[in-house]
Amino acid sequence: MSRPLIIENARIVDPASGLDAMGTLQVEDGRIAAAMAGKAKGAPATAERIDARGLVLTPGLIDMRVFTGEPGREYRETLATASAAAAAGGVTSFVLMPDTLPVIDDGALVDFLVRRAKATASVNVLPAAAISKSLKGEEITEFGLLKEAGAVCFADGRHSIQSSALLRAAFTYAANFDMPVIHQAADAGLVGEGVMNEGHFASVLGLKGIPSEAETIPLARDLQLALLTGVRYHAAQISTAAAVELMAEAKRRSRSVSCGVSINNLALNENDVGAYRTFFKLSPPLRSEDDRQAMVEGIRTGVIDVIHSDHDPQDSEVKRQPFAEASDGAIGLETLFAAALRLVHSGEVELVTLLRAMTQRPAEILGLPSGRLAVGAPADFILVDLDYPWQVSEKDFRSRSRNSSFEGARLAGKVMATYVAGQKVFEHRGDAT
Amino acid sequence: MARPSPTGASADAKVHGGPGFSKKHLLGIADLNAYEILDLLDRAERMIPVSRQERKVLPTLTGKTQINLFFEPSTRTQGSFEIAGKRLGALVMNMSVKTSSVSKGETLIDTAATLNAMRPDVIVVRHSAAGAVELLSQKVGCSVINAGDGAHEHPTQALLDALTIRRHKGRLLGLTVAICGDIANSRVARSNLLLLGALQIRTRVIAPKTLLPRGIENMASEVFTDMREGLKGADVVMMLRLQHERAAGKMIPSVREYYRFYGLDEEKLAFAKPDAIVMHPGPMNRGVEIDPAIADGDRSVITDQVEMGVAVRMAVLDALIASRNEPNP
Repeated sequence: MSRPLIIENARIVDPASGLDAMGTLQVEDGRIAAAMAGKAKGAPATAERIDARGLVLTPGLIDMRVFTGEPGREYRETLATASAAAAAGGVTSFVLMPDTLPVIDDGALVDFLVRRAKATASVNVLPAAAISKSLKGEEITEFGLLKEAGAVCFADGRHSIQSSALLRAAFTYAANFDMPVIHQAADAGLVGEGVMNEGHFASVLGLKGIPSEAETIPLARDLQLALLTGVRYHAAQISTAAAVELMAEAKRRSRSVSCGVSINNLALNENDVGAYRTFFKLSPPLRSEDDRQAMVEGIRTGVIDVIHSDHDPQDSEVKRQPFAEASDGAIGLETLFAAALRLVHSGEVELVTLLRAMTQRPAEILGLPSGRLAVGAPADFILVDLDYPWQVSEKDFRSRSRNSSFEGARLAGKVMATYVAGQKVFEHRGDAT
Repeated sequence: MARPSPTGASADAKVHGGPGFSKKHLLGIADLNAYEILDLLDRAERMIPVSRQERKVLPTLTGKTQINLFFEPSTRTQGSFEIAGKRLGALVMNMSVKTSSVSKGETLIDTAATLNAMRPDVIVVRHSAAGAVELLSQKVGCSVINAGDGAHEHPTQALLDALTIRRHKGRLLGLTVAICGDIANSRVARSNLLLLGALQIRTRVIAPKTLLPRGIENMASEVFTDMREGLKGADVVMMLRLQHERAAGKMIPSVREYYRFYGLDEEKLAFAKPDAIVMHPGPMNRGVEIDPAIADGDRSVITDQVEMGVAVRMAVLDALIASRNEPNP
């Protein structure tokens, strides 16, 4: 096995245990042997020692919503390029959405992804299998076989199931296999031809709007069905203040419901669309500043469990289009952490609270052993300089696509090194000239 | 230096060939301030005689190339831009591109790059998507004129409407303009509200709530759902075309119900001022939004709008290209 590893003099922040102190992390055989305040005790003399003075050591991030183009659209993103982007962004595990060509709705395809990831990816790739065959929202997939093949959860990716009856069946059957279901609530009729948040700004631009109710009406249905069936339900991503209230109410009645928010809805608002900038065309749409602040409050109170990147690579062919005709989505793996840190630097959210939403909570929802610095847990961790200033530039992206909603943004905080199972998979090499 | 006053035609209208217009493109009224709007109206005023003389030529654009790129079918706007360009001596080429969201061939950007390589001096663009013309303008070296982009803007329509109003009323300031119909989906309404708003003219919108966009109260001075109330004391009644094939059964229950409550007939028009003028950007749906007798009656200035359209487009083409002391791209 590999040499034991000791990281010293780091500020260790582990939301799961509450540890936040100057201390030491010991790694043996790819697993965490100890995480403690102070100096190492009883460390093997042969261990490799790393001095992490000035850096924060925290569990590697778990990103619950990532799209790639493999299989089918490798020109947008492969598992290899997505995982390189993830490693650079401090993401050591990500849930892979099933919206590929073909759709991941069959055990053999999950098996393909597991093998492909093992061969080409530098971080942990966790396949989500489709809830419905071909993401059509008509028939449920083979949950049992998909689970056996290695799916960690079920999700219909960008698609929202309209039939309440089918959702009920899916929730009931998923509960049977104790598998989480991740679902994005969007009422197809109310979304209609809408392309951005409904309101004054959309009216001025002459763009059709998407009302908040397109999210809250199906979310209320989902939550009632979740309570009825007892499924482990995760609302993929909410964007409105009213949805936070719905989640708070449901959480008072059940511990098996949770929700996430995209970094975009946490850091940006509808005004960023500006003059029809399609990198800000997202689903759910960027909402009002009041909604964005409700997202921040949701993170602070824990009503919103998870922050994810909603990494969605799109090529210029589908993005360099008039706004209404352009595809939704933005990449985000490489900017997730630094963009989220804005909330810490602005004093809106505590560091440990922010990290919990990207480590401990995703792990708990998915039932993973990672996302914490517990003895025996996989040694997936990152070293971070919280104040490192940098500017996002598309030429630096490891992702194969360039559709970033943070292009040109000045951010503070950078991942200096990323470790997966004790192996270094990324190291920041200083500023490129 | 005397500046044009926002009350009407400036006393000291600049002679032709005076100071250049500062903008390269005309993408929307939102990009113009009150003085630029009045400058364009004054320029258009001076273009009117050109179309009324025997030899309808003012060759300020000789040797220039104008491409009319229409992704949406349009007879009158395309024809108006074509005549305007030709009367100024430009070489005008019409390109109609059929597109549908299902069978997209060449992208807008590809088309822009292809046309740009032919070195036109101006491209006039109409497209069904809001923002499409602005996107295209970023990818070409020449001037771009927005001839209508989705439900966003139709700036030359708003300018020709303002010119028509000013010529009939002798002024703009102090008037009350009522815009009635499908505000939510109308680029004509948006450009008119922006233009009239920039000149601080009182605007009213009248429509059933299903045809009013969110936030309309920030875009117009007053909002009415009762047409009689909305027309009370109006100097100008501007009707909009209803896309009734799309709206019926969804935004309105039926054409006959719409006509009953929002169609302009003698009874409703009687609420406006006795000398109120009636406008319509065309093409009209007689019997849907307007009584044929009013459309063709003596208060209608609809054919004047068409004439002013040519003058405004000549003025815009001249201002963007001929008056700019800049070499071709």
